[in-house]
Amino acid sequence: MAHATDTTGTEPTRRDFLMLTTGAFGAVGAAALLVPLVGQLAPDAQVVAAGAPIELDLTPIAEGQAIKLFWRGKLIFVRNRTKKEIDEAKAVDVATLRDPQTDEQRTKAGHERYLVVYGNCTHLGCVPLGNAAGEPKGEFDGWFCPCHGSHYDSSGRIRKGPAPLNLPVPPYAFTADTKIKIG
Amino acid sequence: MSGHSTYQPKTGIERWLDARLPIVRLMHDSAVSYPVPRNLNLLWTFGGILVFMLVAQIITGVILAMHYTPNATMAFNSVEHIMRDVNFGWLLRYLHSNGASMFFVAVYVHIFRGMYYGSYKAPREVLWILGVIIFLLMMATAFMGYVLPWGQMSFWGATVITNLFSALPVIGETIVTFLWGGYSVDNPTLNRFFSLHFLLPFMIAGVVVLHIWALHHVGQNNPTGVEVKDVKKDTVPFTPYATIKDLFGMVCFMLVFAWFVFYQPNFMGHADNYIPANPASTPAHIVPEWYFLPFYAILRAIPDKLGGVLAMGGAIVILAFLPWIDTSKVKSMTYRPIARQFFWMFVLVCIGLGYLGAMPADEPYVTISRILTVLYFGFFLALALIGIFERPAPLPTSIADSVLGGSGARLGHATASEPQAKG
Repeated sequence: MAHATDTTGTEPTRRDFLMLTTGAFGAVGAAALLVPLVGQLAPDAQVVAAGAPIELDLTPIAEGQAIKLFWRGKLIFVRNRTKKEIDEAKAVDVATLRDPQTDEQRTKAGHERYLVVYGNCTHLGCVPLGNAAGEPKGEFDGWFCPCHGSHYDSSGRIRKGPAPLNLPVPPYAFTADTKIKIG
Repeated sequence: MSGHSTYQPKTGIERWLDARLPIVRLMHDSAVSYPVPRNLNLLWTFGGILVFMLVAQIITGVILAMHYTPNATMAFNSVEHIMRDVNFGWLLRYLHSNGASMFFVAVYVHIFRGMYYGSYKAPREVLWILGVIIFLLMMATAFMGYVLPWGQMSFWGATVITNLFSALPVIGETIVTFLWGGYSVDNPTLNRFFSLHFLLPFMIAGVVVLHIWALHHVGQNNPTGVEVKDVKKDTVPFTPYATIKDLFGMVCFMLVFAWFVFYQPNFMGHADNYIPANPASTPAHIVPEWYFLPFYAILRAIPDKLGGVLAMGGAIVILAFLPWIDTSKVKSMTYRPIARQFFWMFVLVCIGLGYLGAMPADEPYVTISRILTVLYFGFFLALALIGIFERPAPLPTSIADSVLGGSGARLGHATASEPQAKG
């Protein structure tokens, strides 16, 4: 109680010091608590472990056909393109594209027949049509997203519609002439 | 609005409790003796209807949670289990799923009523903003609830809506991964949505308490927009007048609700949601629930991903700024000949956008959506401008005069709405 009388001055008291340090510790502690509370939202160990690389044999995919598979819970298209589709993809003036990329950047040298891309539209994640026979392939012989009308070309590049980016190419490598390893 | 309390504890027990926790006094003052403007029309019953819907959704929802399994491999079957095996499960689920739609029917009437009669204007700005917050919480709750049956529409609705956040620059992708708990919508997503779907209604209930508190502090608006001047002449006690009117509105509303539940339980749903979720195939035509369609149409109208997301968010957030956008001092559009026409045009624009949101993303729908999106935001610009030059019709001198056909003396249009300072 003796200290109460001299708190009127500008000199900080021991009580001020205690208030400040307690407040600072409390703030740091509350911020530290956010790490587990928010961190638990991130993909857990099981989800991450399920992302191990997978092997895929391409021989069953006939020319003009495409298949779907999942890696890390994400859909992937693997397409064996026809000569016409490859030529169309190469003929495009890259400067006119919304997300400029050449067909060479999106395929592996010597394996231009095969296009490997993630199968979710870069707009809002729907699965574009164009893999199975009879499905609309859009105006550029690639894919057409039925949700909001994005058109992708035969190299999986965005050509028309609201999507901002090309269908991304997942990390993969050819382990043999007709075998790839995704991841 | 609350004057001094008129509660008189009659029995010894009531007096004993009143001295310790005056809860009966609080109930009496806010639901019995609380003065309400005597000219309220049936549109004012929707607040009570909304409280009823919230309680109904919580009761049916808690029961459904006792029978539902939030797991990606079992969720769809557990919903079918509720429909086929659980005693009265079909009824409880149809009440809950149609209840969500009816909740939105009521909230849209409630919002449009507030806009028509200028209920957002001083001194009710905070009351209005709390309402917008409740609306946002309702949308989040309804969206997450729609994901739980884990059908095709659930899955792809979840994919599309969570992907909205990927439009944000730099942090977008990280936010989406954190929402999903993985690299796509999957079991972790379903689990957290179930948890949040259970939590949010109670947060809504909390904000509803604040909403009602703010309402009872400033008092209700009324069809004339003229504030209460004489509590004796202009108001009637909540019970029996408002209580019985609210009950009447509620019963009429329940008739419509019951008609949907018992005769058209899937009218407002989508057949595709009876197909189990398949991450490899998007339904040919995906649309959100009807109550999101106007905002969905705005999203699709903008040919840019980030722009579309911002326009959609802006379409909702702009409501919160309505008290400062509208420059007119006259509250009720009954006395605003120009603003009234714009209001009804705005209602038509919203309905039109709702229709377009359900149509495929082709021409001519895209172009019309763009025009209506411009008109949607144009309404708010118009409200800002109209208030400057519009000459309002003469306001009644008081609520009592408007009801009892008093003198109706002319009042300057600006002075008619001086804030009422009621203790």
